[in-house]
Amino acid sequence: MNPIVPGIPVESAALSEAMQALTLALLLVAPLAIAGVALINTGLGRSRSAAQALLGNLAILAVAVVVFALAGGSLAGGLSGAGHSFHVAGKSWNWAGSSPLLLGGIGSAPVQAQLGLLFEFLAVALAALIPWGSGADRWRLVAGCAAAAVTSALVFPFIAHWVWNGGWLAQLGASFGLGSGFIDPGGAASVHVAGGLSALAVIWIAGPRKGKFARDGFSTAMPGHNAVYVLFGCLLALVGWLAWNMAGAILWFHAPLGTLPVTAMNTLLAAAAALLATFAVTRFRFGKPDASLCANGWLAGLVASSACAAVVSPGESIVVGLVAGIATPLLVELLELALSIDDPSGAVTVHAAAGLWGLLAAGLFAPGRGQLLAQMVGIAALLGLVLPITYLLFALLNRLVPFRVDSDGERMGMDLHELGGGAYPEFVIHRDESYR
Amino acid sequence: MKYAGLLVMPAGFFLSIAALILFPGLAERGVFVLCGLAVEGLGLTVAVRGHMPPRGERQP
Repeated sequence: MNPIVPGIPVESAALSEAMQALTLALLLVAPLAIAGVALINTGLGRSRSAAQALLGNLAILAVAVVVFALAGGSLAGGLSGAGHSFHVAGKSWNWAGSSPLLLGGIGSAPVQAQLGLLFEFLAVALAALIPWGSGADRWRLVAGCAAAAVTSALVFPFIAHWVWNGGWLAQLGASFGLGSGFIDPGGAASVHVAGGLSALAVIWIAGPRKGKFARDGFSTAMPGHNAVYVLFGCLLALVGWLAWNMAGAILWFHAPLGTLPVTAMNTLLAAAAALLATFAVTRFRFGKPDASLCANGWLAGLVASSACAAVVSPGESIVVGLVAGIATPLLVELLELALSIDDPSGAVTVHAAAGLWGLLAAGLFAPGRGQLLAQMVGIAALLGLVLPITYLLFALLNRLVPFRVDSDGERMGMDLHELGGGAYPEFVIHRDESYR
Repeated sequence: MKYAGLLVMPAGFFLSIAALILFPGLAERGVFVLCGLAVEGLGLTVAVRGHMPPRGERQP
């Protein structure tokens, strides 16, 4: 059973007033996903950097939405629907939006376009937030804000236009007969894969935390300081994700009301299956279930559902979640132990890898000849363009605003160094043995 | 090494796009898009290895 037959062109129908009201209500709940990710980012870092981490989440969100309003929204092209195109081999390649700068004309834009723009505001905030957790305990606040500005002005808007606003990926169906074109109603590509790949760029540029990889090449365990934040963040994220996926299905697929409960159920099932799978894998490997890895598994299930919750059946959704949940702990281990990637929040696995899997699963399970190929072309664009360009932009930015805090700051903790006070002033912070 | 890997990755993307333009059939396109993804995977592998801290040296 497929609750939605994808392929309804974006321009084909206007939403009724009732559906517009429902979308607005859902978009007011969706920020809980951002709150959940912010709590997870904070909980997975160290206690001596907790205040800086949570303040960073807020500051990055603020920078991202302001820069998107000033410049990025124009390139995303959600308000006007027009875009810049070039022609190759008789096909039109719409590569960037051309809405007015500074949200010009928003007052006269249709409500549906305004709702789409609001969705993009939330999406850019989450996309910019994802790398913050990966740079925990060594990424300077100012540099994090600068990276958020770059992401929201130059990276996210292009992907949002390609996928949601009639760009070349969305047109793959019409141009090349590939199913319904690239489908991603919940933002697995523009939010999670883009955010996860940005996280990888940040990790590479900032380097690992001091003492993480010892002289002998082995990895030192640096567990998060607050499992309660992390697990409560997962619960908050679920609420936000349910709203997010339903709002995306309405806005980008024009999903009717009757299909929305299935979309919500698919979201929940993917997360639940992923958690159970991670629970089982960590129980088998370590003898006991690992709380932070289980949280990562839950989030990976949610991320995978972003791409496909609106186009798969509940049974398929469970399969999507199971694969995400099994892969997550194994990939976290591989990245840290074998590839020396110090990713405290697991964003590369949870957002980039699970997002890619969700996009692929949408191609595998959604109906339509050539849909899988459309998804693969989208994945090729994300890996082949987004990662190198983001890395290049961040490497240039690192010359202007150094990403990594100095050695003293890292030893003291980001709270004392950057904010002048700790998050938990009444608690005794234990000496870190890794600094010997 | 790290930059070489990142430079190879866009080549994989353009291979995938070329497949869409050059081939009419779904199967040929699929094979070439897979090849493009493989090239990207190769570039990613090189980039990852280029960023790995050398074993036996102390981290900053």
